[in-house]
Amino acid sequence: MTESDSLPSVTRRQVLKGGAALAALGGVSAFVAACGNGATPSPSAAAPSGGTSPSGGIAPSAPLASTPPAATGTITFGSNYSDDVPKKAMQAVVDGFTKKTGIAVTVNTVEHGKFQDTINAYLQATPDDTFTWFAGYRMRFFAAQGLATDISDVWSSIGSNYADAFKTASTGDDGKQYFIPFYNYPWVVIYRKSFFSEKGYTIPKTITEFKTLGDKMKTAGLIPLAFGDKDGWPAMGTFDILNMRMNGYDYHIGLMAGKNKWSDAKTKAVFQKWAELLPYFDPQPLGKTWQEAAQDMIGKKAGMYFLGTFAGEQATDPAIHDDLDFFPFPTFGTEFDAESAIDAPIDGFMVSSKAKNLDGAKAFMEYLSTGEAQGIFLASSPNNVAAAKDADTSKYTPFQKKMAEIIGGSQKIAQFLDRDTNPAFAGANGMQGFLQSFLGNPTQDLDKFLSGIQAFYDTLA
Amino acid sequence: MTSPSSSSAPLAETSGAFAPPKARRRGRRGPRFSLLTRRDKVTLGFMVGIPAFIHIALIWVPAVLSVVLSFTQWNGIGGIDKIKWVGTKNFDTLINIYPPFWPAFSHNLIWLGAFLFIATPLGMLLAVILDQNIRGSRIYQSMLYMPVVLSLAIVGFIWELIYSPGQGLINNLLGIAGTKDQIDWLGNRNLNLWAVLIAAGWRHVGYIMVLYLAGLKSVDNTLREAATIDGANARQTFFRVIFPVLAPINVVVLVVTVIESLRAFDIVYVINKGLNGLELLSVLITTNLLGEASLVGFGSAIAVILLLISIGPIILYLYRTMREPAS
Repeated sequence: MTESDSLPSVTRRQVLKGGAALAALGGVSAFVAACGNGATPSPSAAAPSGGTSPSGGIAPSAPLASTPPAATGTITFGSNYSDDVPKKAMQAVVDGFTKKTGIAVTVNTVEHGKFQDTINAYLQATPDDTFTWFAGYRMRFFAAQGLATDISDVWSSIGSNYADAFKTASTGDDGKQYFIPFYNYPWVVIYRKSFFSEKGYTIPKTITEFKTLGDKMKTAGLIPLAFGDKDGWPAMGTFDILNMRMNGYDYHIGLMAGKNKWSDAKTKAVFQKWAELLPYFDPQPLGKTWQEAAQDMIGKKAGMYFLGTFAGEQATDPAIHDDLDFFPFPTFGTEFDAESAIDAPIDGFMVSSKAKNLDGAKAFMEYLSTGEAQGIFLASSPNNVAAAKDADTSKYTPFQKKMAEIIGGSQKIAQFLDRDTNPAFAGANGMQGFLQSFLGNPTQDLDKFLSGIQAFYDTLA
Repeated sequence: MTSPSSSSAPLAETSGAFAPPKARRRGRRGPRFSLLTRRDKVTLGFMVGIPAFIHIALIWVPAVLSVVLSFTQWNGIGGIDKIKWVGTKNFDTLINIYPPFWPAFSHNLIWLGAFLFIATPLGMLLAVILDQNIRGSRIYQSMLYMPVVLSLAIVGFIWELIYSPGQGLINNLLGIAGTKDQIDWLGNRNLNLWAVLIAAGWRHVGYIMVLYLAGLKSVDNTLREAATIDGANARQTFFRVIFPVLAPINVVVLVVTVIESLRAFDIVYVINKGLNGLELLSVLITTNLLGEASLVGFGSAIAVILLLISIGPIILYLYRTMREPAS
């Protein structure tokens, strides 16, 4: 599939050079022939205008900015932005694109949990031209299965608008790009400024300071660290940060990739440390959603909360949102303190391998890579920071400025456990249940627990 | 009395009795079935053939394919040429490695046991009580039957509200909501299975009650009168007379109970995706087959195990229904 995917882009460049309608039609038919079954690009969407040129003038750095936008018709877009606020924000982005290029976008919004659960079947059946997805192993997996379209040609024009780390995160196993980063957000310890100053708490920099603060909070009748793991994934963030603090980023990524072992003594040490820290966590995390845990922190029942900054969405009152602040997870006094590794997952977009209006889809990708598009989205979703270099950071709230600062200050950036490792291992059938089993019984035989995890991982290879 | 299981031959014979004697004599030797016209045969062929085809295509083929897939490894992407044979590896992984398997297996058995020995008898008891024409019987019936109208997913939502640690009904009635002693009914892995069983049983009791009540209403009243005249008390009347008479309903109730227990899925999936103490085989099948995981072979292996468990009661049921007319 990868070979046939590259065909249309090659012909497209020829089209751009020659600008001949004939070649464009040739390109389309080659694409039809190459994709064979299933993929039936509608010629009406691409051909009639005689030019399958990209919508120039969208990205400021696009080399063909003078070419009139000729990709036309309608594209479809599968979105998992199903919550009210992000849904509206995404619609504003889509409207901006339509206004700019005249290409209509049919948005097909699916509840995000369901979107993820059905992605496999969705991409194989009749996917939308473009869809929302995540960087990392999860992106590479679908690219390797031939379910995404190579968009290296788009990257050749937009590449300068991204830092290298983003390009790496968008690159598949074959060295081609399949993903457009939109924004990211760090996993940090969130707290309420007013609450800390009222109680005279100070930000803990090291784990020792964290424990001291935790003890103080407990005496005051507070839960030091809010925690809700009913959904199975929030505990992954905690594991990630503990592992990166204790064993370093490289060990963590090696573990995710299967090079290091779950049954390793180093991994065991992480769970031992976690069990030791659990008294500072909410004692009943397994019946709580992340939203409820966030409310504990917002409602001053808990002092701090370790989660992605999207936890800020729960502070619907702007005054309370302004009162939120955060800091990186405390350091452990290891050699890895300096790298300040962090989970900062990137959300973005991909083009499905069955895209009917490929040129429209690529034009959309180009638009999404601009700071302009990202700015529109972030205006109503201030819990993320834009991925593009040309994003207007002057409008950032202090919350966003701090996020950018923390991400910028991290030498090593991981995605997230379920984005960095095999999805067959990280889902509800695997890691989510394993971590809950640990939280439900932290004093269990860790060797047996971890060798079970490793054995299951090995069966997936 | 002709037994229904061998109906076709006697049917031909009986109709033969009304045929002219000539045909009857000749028929003994063989081409007797010609009494069914060509059209009859075609009609019969369709009447039997279409359901048989649908049954085979929609039930047997998928079931057999699941069994075949359980010996393979496949991520569901790409053509069938990507399917890899792995022998019994999936079963080995399940039984010896996969941590949630044995909990799920035992939860299914607990579910079955709780329904079979608590919820179902309770439903039957309620049916017997409501059959006594007590005052307000219909109101009680409606109340008890209400949950049956709801899907298990809705039942899950309702009970989530009741069990919620901070805002839920139970903890507030106990006066422990919001305190350190509040009970996390659905989050505590030692409690949540039982909490869910109460919710699922709440619905199941009503279901069984209605089934059984319908059965009881159909019992000929003279049987009861005869028993009373013979000096049987209420308990004896029920266990010695009514219960045996209701044998067909009893089998239905048994089968319904087993099916409901083995297919339990929606309620735990709604509550916490079948994690953390609520693992069930049906959920493991889903999370392994669907989702990003798509471990088609592995998921199929779990499905095969569930099939094996289901076959027991199915055989029992078929054996009883097949045997009954003969006795």
